[in-house]
Amino acid sequence: MFELLGIAPQALFGQLLLGLINGAFYAMLSLGLAVIFGMLNVVNFAHGALYMAGAFIAWLLLEKLGIGYWAALVLAPLAVGIVGIAIERAMLRWLYKLDHLYGLLLTFGLALIVEGLFRNEYGSSGQAYQIPELLEGGHNLGFMFLPNYRGWVVVFSLLLCFATWFVIERTKLGAYLRAATENPALVQAFGINVPRMLTLTYAGGVALAALAGVMAAPIYNVSPQMGSSLIIVVFAVVVIGGMGSIMGSIVTGFALGVVEGLTKVFFAEASNTVIFVIMAIVLLIKPAGLFGRVG
Amino acid sequence: MIAQAPALASIGTPRHHYVAFALMLGLAVAAPYLEYPVFLAKLLCYALFACAFNLLIGFVGLLSFGHAAFWGTAAYASAHFASKGFAIGTITIFKVAIPINIAIPPFPPEFAIIAGVVVAAVFGYIIGKLAIRRLGIYFAMVTLAFAQMIFFLAVQAPFTGGEDGLQLGNASRLAIGVLNLRDNLTLYWFVLGVFLIGFLFIYRVVHSPFGQVLKAIRENEPRAVSLGYRVERYKLMAFVLSAALAGLAGGTKVYVTGSAALGDVNWPMSGEVVLMALLGGMGTIFGPVAGAVVLISIEEFLAERAGAWVSVIQGGIFVLCVLAFRRGIIGEIARVIRKPL
Repeated sequence: MFELLGIAPQALFGQLLLGLINGAFYAMLSLGLAVIFGMLNVVNFAHGALYMAGAFIAWLLLEKLGIGYWAALVLAPLAVGIVGIAIERAMLRWLYKLDHLYGLLLTFGLALIVEGLFRNEYGSSGQAYQIPELLEGGHNLGFMFLPNYRGWVVVFSLLLCFATWFVIERTKLGAYLRAATENPALVQAFGINVPRMLTLTYAGGVALAALAGVMAAPIYNVSPQMGSSLIIVVFAVVVIGGMGSIMGSIVTGFALGVVEGLTKVFFAEASNTVIFVIMAIVLLIKPAGLFGRVG
Repeated sequence: MIAQAPALASIGTPRHHYVAFALMLGLAVAAPYLEYPVFLAKLLCYALFACAFNLLIGFVGLLSFGHAAFWGTAAYASAHFASKGFAIGTITIFKVAIPINIAIPPFPPEFAIIAGVVVAAVFGYIIGKLAIRRLGIYFAMVTLAFAQMIFFLAVQAPFTGGEDGLQLGNASRLAIGVLNLRDNLTLYWFVLGVFLIGFLFIYRVVHSPFGQVLKAIRENEPRAVSLGYRVERYKLMAFVLSAALAGLAGGTKVYVTGSAALGDVNWPMSGEVVLMALLGGMGTIFGPVAGAVVLISIEEFLAERAGAWVSVIQGGIFVLCVLAFRRGIIGEIARVIRKPL
């Protein structure tokens, strides 16, 4: 076996894979945040809590009803999407004319409520969620061992990201969305129901977060605080990438996950903080973010 | 503009401010004979923390979502200097040993608190310098992210005591050589003194020409720039002041609770101070004090009865305030009497 800079390739590629997986979740969450922010001008602090809710719904479906992973992959985002519709209709829509900060404060409150409710019911310790039968086991690639489920997460998240990119950048619906981001009044004047588009955007964004949550359930423990620790890192990812472009969010998410994984190999103490350090450097060199517009 | 409270009168101190201040002072003097003084002292620390936070959001329009970083690092610093003092032995750089050998014995309370303020101000300068490069909502995310970074450093650093935190233990609690802070009532008067210094300082800052420029930046930043003000410097100065005052509150808190712990630097603490200012009234002078008193009292009341529900109820208060009560308690009173408070 060969060695790279004194690091065994097993460890290196193992961490690289873990980094890619973390990056997949950064990408999916920052993507949802960017789409919601673009349309609604709301930084959705509840994103992490709804991601956690997605994972919990999958776990509950399996524990209480015996409904497995594949169905959960559809049902959990659906349920969270409906919650999203309710949140947008009942609360967020009253804030669009106010300062953006109120949207952040409201969704922060919602995050506290959701997280608190789950913690009261299920305690702080994590619950294990089984890998679906179809994806158990793994392949030996020679230089590393690839668990099937992890490979699936990387591939599926990439597919999801590009599907989202395609919908927004290449379809008619996406064109309406982008137009409404620029000038909602004009798009409304053309007879397009902008308020309904806002509702659906929010629902779609949080459904994506819930979908990420279901995918995360077999990898990380399902615990009430899994969302809040992730969302803060995702905020840093968003600051680094800038919320201006969809592709930017995807690339930044995956890249930062990989950088974090590599840091774990070469300089383990800094792996928690490396993304924040990168954020500081980006703020110094390119304050608007790597893909961002000024603002 | 985030706060909807009426603009503060700029010159001189209006009579209703004297009345409100006298009312607050009267309550503060009577309170220790009605309630447990240590709890009240804790209230005052949070009230000062909320006032420091409000200096940024209320008067510059910057929402910091990472103020726990300053409160927490100051708490750690004060607890460290109070229990262990300050010592540097021999430093080795590139195999050259430089004997520095500074050893200062454990600090008395007033110096330990000042040390905490200095540490918080230094962190405030570094984080502020970076964060003010972004505006609005990004500013909130940047401050939150840096605060989380400091939290991770506090988890890893050897001198913070990890999960156990730092205990004050047997450290000296004789402030200014005469006040024995082990006595509950003396502790309360000492903390009230610190609070009043901080509160009046903020009042002075807000009503100074410097404060007027801050408000101009809040109302219309491009215009302030075009008038020739170096907006960045003003923002940074306000950020450092706010961080230092949050440090004053955090350092003082150590003498009330006897410890500094991870909870002091974690993000829920940042959220809590936001909620205090929101509930009391952002952009008002007295609002954060009222918000802190009400919120901490609610939490104290709930802690015995429904401890697990505290964060759910906090979240509920957030949602209610944002949807229906944006002026906050003092902001609503100010609207009714038609005078800025």
